[in-house]
Amino acid sequence: MADLPPPVQGPTAKEKKYDRQLRLWGATGQIALENSHILLINSGPGVVGLETLKNLVLPGAGNFTIQDSALVDEADLGVNFFLEEEHLGGFRAEHTCNLLKELNPDVQGHFISEPVESWLAQPDALEPYTLIIVTAPIRPGLLTKLAAHADQALVPLFYIHSVGFYSHFSIHLPPAFPIVDTHPSPETTTDLRLLKPWPELLAYAEEKTEGLESMAADDHGHIPYVAILLHYLEVWKKDNNGQVPQNYKDKTAFRDLVKAATRTDTPEGGEENFEEAVSAVLKSLNPPEPSSTVKEIFKSPECVIIRENSPPFWVIAHAIGLFYTKYGVLPVPGAVPDMKARSADYIQLQNVYKSKARKDLAEVLESVRFLERNANLSTHIEEKDVEAFCKNAAHIKLVRGRPFHIVPAEGDLKFGTNAKSLAQKLTFPDALVPIYIAFLAWDKYTATHTLDDLARASKTPGSSDADVDSDTGKVTSIALKLVDSLVKEASYTIDEEEYDTVRAQIAELARELVRAGGGELHNIAALTGGMVSQEVIKVITEQYVPVDNTCVFDGVRSKSSVFKV
Amino acid sequence: MAAADVATLHNGSEGPRTRWKYLDRILDRPGPFTDPESFVPGNHETLEIAKVLVIGAGGLGCEVLKNLALSGFKDIHVIDMDTIDVSNLNRQFLFRAADVGKYKAEVAAAFVEKRVKGVKITPYCGKIQDKDEAYYKQFALIVCGLDSIEARRWINSMLVGMVDGNDPDSMKPLIDGGTEGFKGQAKVIFPTMTSCIECQLDMHAPRAAVPLCTLATIPRQPQHCIEWAHIIAWEEERKEMTLDTDDPEHITWLFQKALKRAKEFNIPGVTYSMTQGVVKNIIPAIASTNAIVAASCCNEAFKILTNANPFLGFPETDGYMMYTGDESVYTYTFEYKKKEDCPVCGEDALARPLQIDPEATLQEFVDSLAERPEAQLKTPSIRTTEKSLYIQSAADYERMTRPNLEKKMKDLTAEGEEMLISDKAFPMMFKFVVVWKK
Repeated sequence: MADLPPPVQGPTAKEKKYDRQLRLWGATGQIALENSHILLINSGPGVVGLETLKNLVLPGAGNFTIQDSALVDEADLGVNFFLEEEHLGGFRAEHTCNLLKELNPDVQGHFISEPVESWLAQPDALEPYTLIIVTAPIRPGLLTKLAAHADQALVPLFYIHSVGFYSHFSIHLPPAFPIVDTHPSPETTTDLRLLKPWPELLAYAEEKTEGLESMAADDHGHIPYVAILLHYLEVWKKDNNGQVPQNYKDKTAFRDLVKAATRTDTPEGGEENFEEAVSAVLKSLNPPEPSSTVKEIFKSPECVIIRENSPPFWVIAHAIGLFYTKYGVLPVPGAVPDMKARSADYIQLQNVYKSKARKDLAEVLESVRFLERNANLSTHIEEKDVEAFCKNAAHIKLVRGRPFHIVPAEGDLKFGTNAKSLAQKLTFPDALVPIYIAFLAWDKYTATHTLDDLARASKTPGSSDADVDSDTGKVTSIALKLVDSLVKEASYTIDEEEYDTVRAQIAELARELVRAGGGELHNIAALTGGMVSQEVIKVITEQYVPVDNTCVFDGVRSKSSVFKV
Repeated sequence: MAAADVATLHNGSEGPRTRWKYLDRILDRPGPFTDPESFVPGNHETLEIAKVLVIGAGGLGCEVLKNLALSGFKDIHVIDMDTIDVSNLNRQFLFRAADVGKYKAEVAAAFVEKRVKGVKITPYCGKIQDKDEAYYKQFALIVCGLDSIEARRWINSMLVGMVDGNDPDSMKPLIDGGTEGFKGQAKVIFPTMTSCIECQLDMHAPRAAVPLCTLATIPRQPQHCIEWAHIIAWEEERKEMTLDTDDPEHITWLFQKALKRAKEFNIPGVTYSMTQGVVKNIIPAIASTNAIVAASCCNEAFKILTNANPFLGFPETDGYMMYTGDESVYTYTFEYKKKEDCPVCGEDALARPLQIDPEATLQEFVDSLAERPEAQLKTPSIRTTEKSLYIQSAADYERMTRPNLEKKMKDLTAEGEEMLISDKAFPMMFKFVVVWKK
C-alpha cells in the first residue's frame, strides 16, 4: 500500500451524527441553524409547537426557548410526548423544555412560565430570538404586538393552528427575503449555452469533430455530445442563412439531421453519444434567457439603488444585472452533465466551461468591488458568495414577506391586497381556502369568549359537550360573515349556486372544527409540526424555497394547499 | 400496586379517561363527514383491543410508535433487525448516544412504553421474513416505515397472498411511508382491493447504474472513481475480505483508491463523505420529513380503525399522498390504479410484455433485470415454457445452466414465448411474454 496517500482524517463526531442532513443543507446551513435562537409561544394543548421544536432540536438548532404558562394536567399526558406522569401540576414550559433538551446535548433549551401578557410587556422581551413560533389560541392584541416586532426587527414569525383533523400555518417574513441556494431539481440546471457559444467552446467542438466522416469507429462513438451538437449547428447554419433552429419544426428537423449522422454499422447498431445528442436537442437548443422571476429581481428597488447598508444579495444581484444588460445572458454556471466521452475529452470540456465561468465570475466580482467602493458599503462581500450566486443565478428567488391576517376581537377583518385572489379560490375544490376562513372564524370565537370572568383563559368552541351545537352555529355564522366581507372587499361576483355550495361547505368545516373542541389530535399536530419545521429550516438556512405565505392541511382528505394572504 | 390502582390515584375524581379528553371528543362526537353506518360514537374499545404491527423502528418507525401510542392504540408490535448507529441520532428521537449498538426495536419499544403509560409494545429484533402467515394474521393493520423496496415487496406479497375471499378478517390494510430529503409519500393499500406495492413498482425505479466499461476505462465523474474502487479494485486487491461499508477502515481504503484514480484522470471532487454516500447508497434524511410522513400514515391508521373520518385507500378513491417540501409545499393526493396484469394482485396474473434485445447475451439480460423498473430482480432464475435458461436458486442447476449466459437471447427464446422469472427474495413468479426490441 506504499503507493497510497497517508491516512485521511475521517469525519468528525459531529459530521457523523449530522451526516444525513449535511447532505442536504451543507456546513453553511448547519452553521446558520446552530446560530439560531427559536422562541415558541405555546398555548392550547401545546402539541404542534413542541413537535415542531422536536424536529429542530434533533438537527441541532442552537437555542430554543418555550414560553408557556400552563400547568401540566392529565389531558396533556394523552396527547403530548414530552411530558410524564411525575410532571402533573408542574409548569408545562419547564418539563417540556427538559425532555426536549434530552434529544440533543448540543442544543441549549430555556423556558419562561410567566404569563405571556406580562412577559411580553417587558421591554426587549423578544430581543434574543432570531425566529418566533406562536400557536393558537392567542389574544389578537398579543399577536399584533408580535407582528409589529417581526416587521420592525425583521424576525420571521410563524402562526400555527392545529385543531382536530385540520391545521394551518402562516409565515410573516421580512419584506425582502432573497434565496440564492434554492436547490433546483437537477433536470432544470443544465445550461450549456449551445446557441451562444464562446470562441473556446467552438474551438473545442471543432477539434473534437475534425475529420468526423472518416473517424475510426471507437473515436466516433466517444465524441462528447456537446461537440456533436455544436458541429451540426454549424452545418445547419450554412444551409439556413446563418440562423440556428428557430422553432419546434426546425428543432425536430435538426434532430433528424443529427440522428441521420449516427453510425449504425457498430456492434450495438447505434452510438450512445449520438443518442444523447439527439435526446438533448429539444431541451438544450433554447436561448439562455433568464426567467421572468430573475428579471423582476433585477428590477426591484433594492437592486436598482445600492446604498451603504445594502445587504450582499442586492449588491451581487445588481452586479449580475449589469452583466446581463451588457451581454444579454447570465454568467455561465460552469457545470457540465455527465456524458459518453473519453475521460480526457470530458475533463477538457469541463475545463472549457469552468474557465468561462471563472471569467464571468471575475467580471461580476469586479462590479461588486466597484459597488462596494462607490456606495461605501459597510460589509465586505466574500468571493465565495459571489461565486455561489453566479452558479445559481438562473434559479434565485425573492419572497416578499408580509403580515398575515389577525382577526380583531372588535370590528371587522380587512383582507387586504390578496382579497381578490382569495375570493377567487373560494370555489376551487383543492384550494382549501374555506378551511382557512373557518380558522379565522375559530380565532374570532376564541377572542370573544372566555372560560369565566376571572380566568382570562380563552374558551375554544366545542370545549363542552353541551355547547357543541350552539358553538357550531356561532362559528358558522362568523365564518359566513367573513366570506361575505371577503367577497365584498374583493368586489368579486360569485355565482349564486356556487355561493350556496361554499356556504354549505363552510358550515360543515365549522362543525368539524367545533367537534374537536380546541383539542389536538397527536397525528395532525405531529404532521403539522413536521411541515412547520421544514419551513423553519428553509428560512433559517436561507436554502430551498419557503411557503409564501399560508398553508392549510386537511387531515380528512389528506391534502394541502398554499396561498397568499 | 396494580396498574389500575395507579390510574385511579392519578385520575382522582376526573374519571378514567381524563387523559384521553381530546381524543374522546373525536371518538364520541360524530362529524359532518363521518359515515353514520360505520362510526359508533363512544366506541373506545376498538383502539384498545386492536393489535397493530409496525415494520421498521428507524426514522419513520420511531415517529410511528409515538404517534400510535398517543392515538390510543394499546397493543403494538414492532419488527426491526437493525442496531442503532450514530448517524441515526439526528432524527430517530427515541435513541440516545448511549444506545448506539443496541437493537432499534427493543430500545424504541421500551422508551415509548415508559413514556406513554398503558401501552404495550412488543419488539422483535429480526427479519420480517422470519415470520409466517399465522403471525401476520393476528394484526388489524400494518404500518410500514422501511428503506428497502425488497422488504416492501415481500410483505406486500405476503399480505396479498393471505387474502381469503370467504374471510373478511384475512384482509390486512397496509400503510406504507417513505422519505428522501424534503420529499416523501404515504399510501394505504387494501390488498387485492386497491393497487399494491407491486402495481406501484415504477414509483420506486432504481437509479441507472454506470456501465462497467465506463468505470473500468473512461471514468469522468468522482462517483465513477468511487464505484471503480468499490466494484473493481476491492475485488482485485482485497478479495479475501468481505467489504463492510460500516467499517471506517474499509471506507478509507476505498476513498484513497478512488482519490488516486481520480488524480490519474484529473477528475476533481472525490471526498470521504461522497465515498460513503456512494458505497452505502445513502439517502438524505431529516426529522421533519419523517414526522410528516409517519403522522400521515398514523392518521390513516386511526381513521381506518375508528371510522372517525373517511380514510385514504377506499377502493376507487385517493390512496396515495406525495409530499414535496423543496419548493414551497406541494402535495398530490391521488388514486394509483390497480394493474390488471400485476404479478402479485392481478386477477389471474397475466403475462406482461417484456422487451428484450435479441442480440443481447443472457448474462446482459440477467443484469438488466435488476434495473428495469418493472422487474427490479437481483437474483433472477429464468425459464421459458420449453426449458430452463438460467437457474440460480440451486447450485447444481446453476452449474448446469451457466453456459447459457454467453448465448444470445435470440438463440434461447423466441418472440411471443412465455417467460417465467422467479427470485429467491420474493415468494411469487413473474410471467412475461417475450417481445423483441427493435
